[in-house]
Amino acid sequence: MQLFYTPYHSGIMKNLKYLFVGIVFGLALTKGEAISWFRMQEMFHFQGFHMYGIFMTAVPIGAIAILLIRKLNIHTFNGEAIDIPKKPYHHGIILGGLIFGFGWALTGACPGPLYAQVGAGYGVTLITLISAVAGTWVYAKLQPRLP
Amino acid sequence: MDFLYKPWPWYVAGPIIGLTVPSLLLLGNKRLGISSTLRQFCAAWYPANIPLLKYDWKKDSWNLYFVGGILIGGFIGGGLFENPNATELSQNTINDLRSLGLANFHGLLPHELFTWSNLLTWQGFFLMIAGGFMIGFGTRYARGCTSGHGIFGLSSLQWTSLVAIISFFIGGIVCSYFILPIILAS
Repeated sequence: MQLFYTPYHSGIMKNLKYLFVGIVFGLALTKGEAISWFRMQEMFHFQGFHMYGIFMTAVPIGAIAILLIRKLNIHTFNGEAIDIPKKPYHHGIILGGLIFGFGWALTGACPGPLYAQVGAGYGVTLITLISAVAGTWVYAKLQPRLP
Repeated sequence: MDFLYKPWPWYVAGPIIGLTVPSLLLLGNKRLGISSTLRQFCAAWYPANIPLLKYDWKKDSWNLYFVGGILIGGFIGGGLFENPNATELSQNTINDLRSLGLANFHGLLPHELFTWSNLLTWQGFFLMIAGGFMIGFGTRYARGCTSGHGIFGLSSLQWTSLVAIISFFIGGIVCSYFILPIILAS
């Protein structure tokens, strides 16, 4: 099933729509204080509902939308089939997850909020972002030797 | 314009974040996920013949536009229309952070900690450089972050993502309870 038809653009024009979705997403992250270091400490100490409220509204809305897309076999606006590949398990899900959790608590940010923190004018978080790129590189280098 | 200055309650921000999932799927069969952009920068700048970094990163360039948008969203929401008031945290959190030496709860990050001059102290090293490194290392190792696993993975009912988000939280809780007080005391 195809909901709408939009002409297929190429290059920058094709990607501009993602910039727009990113702006809305980034604005919601920022105004929702999901990029706030303070809110992360509150969340990890179970002292406030705010962050849990965000997860508990975002996930069911995403889940209902995906359910509808699957049940009604909805295609993209360009008529392309939508596929959602399975995420296979490996031990890095837990080990890497624990490591990332540490970084999350220290910086108050996940990768998405990191970009938003830079945009919000916390210039020094650019170093955090570059450090995150370096961390990814080192993981890639060590990958063959990790469980 | 008042709504742009004020922080948004969870029941406004949460649904917008959730709607990003179908928006990206409908616009171009794209799956929400942000840690992959860190890998793209590696592949673009210094792939160094590493198998994980030798791929056509330009094919996923939509993602770079998306995070460019997040950056602009952060600028609008946190720079242009910065909340003039202190974060309305729970009193327990405020008390805990006060006892760790923080006094200023304005803005999105503690102004006392996240500064250029603090960057080259041990405290700043752990908070920004080591913290960032663990974000990049950990998310790639876990094949996703809070958006890819936490929002998209859970929305598509994948048990792997549930394992991932529980691991994220265990790491965060341990660090926030036991490690952060030591770092803030230094």
